[in-house]
Amino acid sequence: MQFDPFIIPFNIGLYFIVIYAVVRSVMWFRDLSRQDKLRLQRGFFGRSFGRSIREIFMESLIHRKILKADLRLGYMHMSLAFGWFLLILFGTLEADIFGSSHLNPPYKSIFFKFFNPDHGRTGLEAAWSFWMDLILAFILSGLILAVIKRLTPKVVGMKKTTKLRPLDRVALTSLWLIFPSRLLAESFTSGAYGTGSFLTGSLGSWLASFLPANEMAYPFWWLYSLSLGTFFVLLPLTRYMHIPTELFLIFARNSGIRTGDKAGAFTEMQAYSCSSCGLCIDACQLNFSAGITNIQSAYLMKGIRNRESVTDITFNCLMCGRCDQKCPVGIELTPVRMIQRRSGEPVPPEKGIIRKYFPGKPEYRTDTTTARPSYNFLPSPAAGQAEVLYFAGCMTHLAPSIRNSMVKILDASGVRYKFIDEDGGVCCGRPLMLAGQDKEARELINYNSQLIRRSGAKKLVTSCPICYKIFRESYYLDIEVVHHSQYIKYLIEEGLIRLSFLRKRVVYHTPCDLGRGSGVYEEPKKVLKHVAQLLKTEFEDENSLCCGGSLGNMKISQRQKQSIASDAAAALTKDDPDILATSCPLCKKTLAAATTTKVSDIAELVAEAIVLPGIPGIKSGRLAQKKEPVSL
Amino acid sequence: MEDRVLVVGGGAAGMEVAGRLARSGYKVTLTEKESLTGGHIRNWFHLFPDRRDSLEVLSYLENQVDHGNITLLTSTDVEGIETRHGSFLARTADDREIEADAVVLATGFDLFRSERKEEYGYGIYDNVISSADLEIMFRKGEIRRHDGEIPQKIGFVHCVGSRDEKVGNVYCSKLCCVAAVKQAMEVREYLKDAKVFCFYMDIRMGGALYEELYRESQEKYGVNYIRGKVSEIAENINGRLIVKVEDTLAGRPLKMELDMLVLMAGMEMSEGGRKIAEYAGLKTGENRFFAPADHHFGSNRGNLRGVFYAGTCTAPMNITESISHARAAAADVIEYLSNGRR
Repeated sequence: MQFDPFIIPFNIGLYFIVIYAVVRSVMWFRDLSRQDKLRLQRGFFGRSFGRSIREIFMESLIHRKILKADLRLGYMHMSLAFGWFLLILFGTLEADIFGSSHLNPPYKSIFFKFFNPDHGRTGLEAAWSFWMDLILAFILSGLILAVIKRLTPKVVGMKKTTKLRPLDRVALTSLWLIFPSRLLAESFTSGAYGTGSFLTGSLGSWLASFLPANEMAYPFWWLYSLSLGTFFVLLPLTRYMHIPTELFLIFARNSGIRTGDKAGAFTEMQAYSCSSCGLCIDACQLNFSAGITNIQSAYLMKGIRNRESVTDITFNCLMCGRCDQKCPVGIELTPVRMIQRRSGEPVPPEKGIIRKYFPGKPEYRTDTTTARPSYNFLPSPAAGQAEVLYFAGCMTHLAPSIRNSMVKILDASGVRYKFIDEDGGVCCGRPLMLAGQDKEARELINYNSQLIRRSGAKKLVTSCPICYKIFRESYYLDIEVVHHSQYIKYLIEEGLIRLSFLRKRVVYHTPCDLGRGSGVYEEPKKVLKHVAQLLKTEFEDENSLCCGGSLGNMKISQRQKQSIASDAAAALTKDDPDILATSCPLCKKTLAAATTTKVSDIAELVAEAIVLPGIPGIKSGRLAQKKEPVSL
Repeated sequence: MEDRVLVVGGGAAGMEVAGRLARSGYKVTLTEKESLTGGHIRNWFHLFPDRRDSLEVLSYLENQVDHGNITLLTSTDVEGIETRHGSFLARTADDREIEADAVVLATGFDLFRSERKEEYGYGIYDNVISSADLEIMFRKGEIRRHDGEIPQKIGFVHCVGSRDEKVGNVYCSKLCCVAAVKQAMEVREYLKDAKVFCFYMDIRMGGALYEELYRESQEKYGVNYIRGKVSEIAENINGRLIVKVEDTLAGRPLKMELDMLVLMAGMEMSEGGRKIAEYAGLKTGENRFFAPADHHFGSNRGNLRGVFYAGTCTAPMNITESISHARAAAADVIEYLSNGRR
């Protein structure tokens, strides 16, 4: 027996999805920029190929990152993905080894039992059947977890599970039906022929004891083929598109392609790679401190895939980057969101089934009424010559004790520096950028760039991580940009300042834009260890919390911000430290309002610990030389 | 009449309500967490609108509580109240118990801690002081900068901790405006050549004779009013304060050098009141003050029968209003106890 009509749905589905995957990959490749195309070609034939294969095995099949985050959730994903992979691999081998011919079409291995019902009698065959049953049991155990998760998400450790669209529901049902229908089809056939191993064999002989097994088997083989076919055909319209897309994404990422700051094929690939696993929802403070559960990155990715209006989602985000760290697929969620903020409202896509399968490039409404921003009223940028520049930033000016501490530290170090925004400066531009107003931000960036360039300085020290991030990422400056925590560490190590020990127990809160946003984790902690006893918290480094004061969220109320802040402050001060230290003026202000523990910037602690040369009490340095201009 | 009433808080409202109830024949226990009664009045110098010495009001209140039916317990911090068989049991911080048939909470307010608005530099710059600090200077009779110099240019910042979502207070404390007007005039009286500037969002002169006072401050005392919120304060090497503010009427940013800056701190629910509310399950409003049972005719009652409110524990009030509110509380308590606790 070589053919039976029930295999037709499966075959249609399989050939459809293979052709579709090839066409879609070609389309994505075509949409990549020239450099990215080169990168991908080099990556595909280069050393990163091995890395990609390894990553595909570890992440797409084993789901190592989800396993690490949550054992049960990881097991669920692993059993379905890795189990299915094993089933296909060993099914193919089985058909090739034990079947009537070698190198079979796929359906011969998928429906092997139907075409070889007698298989499994001899020793080796029985052992093989046992192994195949074991794989099926492995998958089914994951499937049971998935069904339970859909009904009660808490079982697999998730607080929230993503909400489904109708098409996703049909696809999910067909996915769920695949393995139970295989189990029943194989069991009935085994029951009729007295073959099968511990699972299909036992179930089969039990079913055959009271049912006409031979007649019952055939409809289940149809169901098995139909559910496979339906799943494959619907796959591109649902979140399960993440299965093929993720493979492409892994190759692209390992070839060195990054999100950058413009929308494009890579951004779209990332949106399609999201499996809606929901780990980002669990990581999000808007969820667990403010009760907002419909704006997390999984929903953003879904909105981008479906070409929906996502403005309410895009701007309701702290931009803290916690989800980036937790995403098991490694999607650059915050950069994608940033791009979405810039691009504005999408034009609704054309209707029709072809458009659904091939949505084309997203189009955005261009707002023609926006006039060119004008900052003509600003004085022409002028700065004296100096080696080192200090830029406090607006937020630091609103936290004057940090500014005073930095002046004290810089004066004590004897470094020749210039405080460029001592009398007030121009905003670094990041708040505008976070609001999606790139053009306006560029004007400010240009202004500050001129100011910095004219000074001829080699180093720019900033006190605010918000400024630090944009100075590093969006300014084209031939100057080293350092955050004050890094600069203070340098001053200590070079012996330019001397510190006493403060005998205080301190915890450190990593600001989002400095830590996850710019990768500065160690320097502030090293500085703190010089002046105080540093305690660990539950939320260190990549896992640090957002203080809630983020400039990134344009949607939540002050009250919701306060509830995030008080939860964060409570978590950080659990061990009752003397001081909650941070290295961001905005974090300091936000946390100070939310706790009775003293909150200090590391600059304040260092300034307190500093041992001044010469006679104490005499004010010296810059503060002594300059008179403020006065009006009125 | 054997009914016992506990009055928590020995400020204006507490003293007034205790006195009224004592004279109506009730046994009153008046507790005060400090060692002296009088509350915030003790820290003020002259009162608005008539610039009367606060000691006069204080002596009236002390006279009110000088009665045989009143047991005064100073240095007694009531932390919570419990109901027991239809009466009440109050617990103090040092684990004493006070029994009563009705409780009047007159726990008052706390001044907003100005350090919480770091951008105003209170606690960072020596010459940024609070309105309460200025009253102490008035009482001493000398207004001096930290370095001992006589200030020549003085600014008042309105709405510090009031109408400010960022510190969690959206309400208006309603008295800081008129207090600033009064203090500005007094500063001009002490320092004839000084220039005085008030930085305000809105001037709210809702009380009797307030508007007249505001006019007088401009016409007779030459106080300058600038509409705009202070954004930033810095200090130069001479210890002068550099104040950045937008003059929203002139539509331009201003930068001024001042010798001294006074922060008009707002009123917040007192810490003591908050603790009792938490302990006894008393409802508080959005503004965190005790929530009255009814805004129109139940402002002395809350959600617990037999517990009454008097004075600024329910909302910002001036002394006149506090005393009136306390009398209303006394009337409410008498009605409650003589009607079989209804």
